[in-house]
Amino acid sequence: MDKPKTMKLVNGEKGNIIKITSLNLDGVMRRRLLDLGFVTGALVEVVRKSPLGDPIAFRVSQTTIALREEESSKIEGELVSDGN
Amino acid sequence: MGTEYRIALAGNPNTGKSTLFNALTGLRQHTGNWAGKTVSLAQGTVQFKDKTFQLIDLPGTYSLFSNSKDEEVARNYIVFEKPDVTLVVLDATSLERNLNLALQVLEMTKNVVIAINLIDVAEEQGIQINERLLTNRLGVPVIKISARNKKGFPMLLDTLDRIVTGAIECNPVRMVYSEEIEEQIKKIEPKVREIIGGQLSSRWVSLRLLDGDETLLNEINQRLSGRQVEYEYSTHIC
Repeated sequence: MDKPKTMKLVNGEKGNIIKITSLNLDGVMRRRLLDLGFVTGALVEVVRKSPLGDPIAFRVSQTTIALREEESSKIEGELVSDGN
Repeated sequence: MGTEYRIALAGNPNTGKSTLFNALTGLRQHTGNWAGKTVSLAQGTVQFKDKTFQLIDLPGTYSLFSNSKDEEVARNYIVFEKPDVTLVVLDATSLERNLNLALQVLEMTKNVVIAINLIDVAEEQGIQINERLLTNRLGVPVIKISARNKKGFPMLLDTLDRIVTGAIECNPVRMVYSEEIEEQIKKIEPKVREIIGGQLSSRWVSLRLLDGDETLLNEINQRLSGRQVEYEYSTHIC
C-alpha cells in the first residue's frame, strides 16, 4: 500500500481496520461518539454488518458498538488493513 | 458516630462500581431521590476510624456531558451537590475508555480519588498498571482495588480519610486545549467567575459555554437563583 485509502466507516467491509481521521458531525451526537471512543486516530474494526447493511457493528477501544448509516457515513478514516 | 462526609461514586457502566458500593456499605444502605429528579441514587454508609462516610452511587456513565438523564444526574450531583470526595471507579482492563470519564471529573471538581477496579482480572490478562505514575500525571490519588475480593479497601478508605482531613491535597491535572480554545477561555473566564462566584469551577463552566451546553446553563440558572432550590431540596431529601 503506497497511499492510504480514505473511506467512510459506512463503506467498511467485515475485517477492515480503519484509522479515524475526521468526524463530520456536530453537537450531542458528536460528543456522544467521542465519548464512545470514535476519536481522531482511533483504530476501528468492522466486526459485522447487518443483513441489509445497516447498522454496522464496530470494535473501538475494546468495546463493540453498532452505528447506523446516519452516523457511520459521517465518520472518515484511512484503511489500515483490509483484514485479509 | 463522628463527622459525616459524602463520597460520590462515579464510573462507566460495568466497572464494578456497585460491587464496590455494596462491599463497602453492606446492608447499611437505602435509595433516595435527589435534586428534584426522579432518579434514585443508592446511598449507604461505611465507618472508618472516627468518621462516617456516606457513599452515593451515581448512575454509571461513559461521560458527564448530559447526553442523557443519567449523565445529567451524575454531573449535577458532582457539580452542584459538591460531595466531599468524588471516587471515580475505573475498569483496569479498559483504562483507555475509562479515563475519559476520569478526566472529565478532574475538570469539574478538586477532591477526586481514582480506584482502578478489577485489578486481579487485569493482572490475569497480563496488564500491568503503574499507579504511582498515574497518580503523578493526574495529580490525585490512584489506588488499585478488587471490589469482588475486597482487595485494596484499607488503602482506599485511608486515602479518603486523609483527603477529608486535609492531610492529602488533590491537585488535578489541568487539561490544556488548543491555542484557540485557551484564548477564548481567557476571554470569558473572568466574566463567568464574576457571575457564579466561587461555587463552580469557572474554567469548567467556560469550557461548557464554549461547547454550547444549554442544559448546564439552565441548571445553573435554576440553582443559583436560590430559594426555589432550597425548597425543592427539603421535599426530596427526607
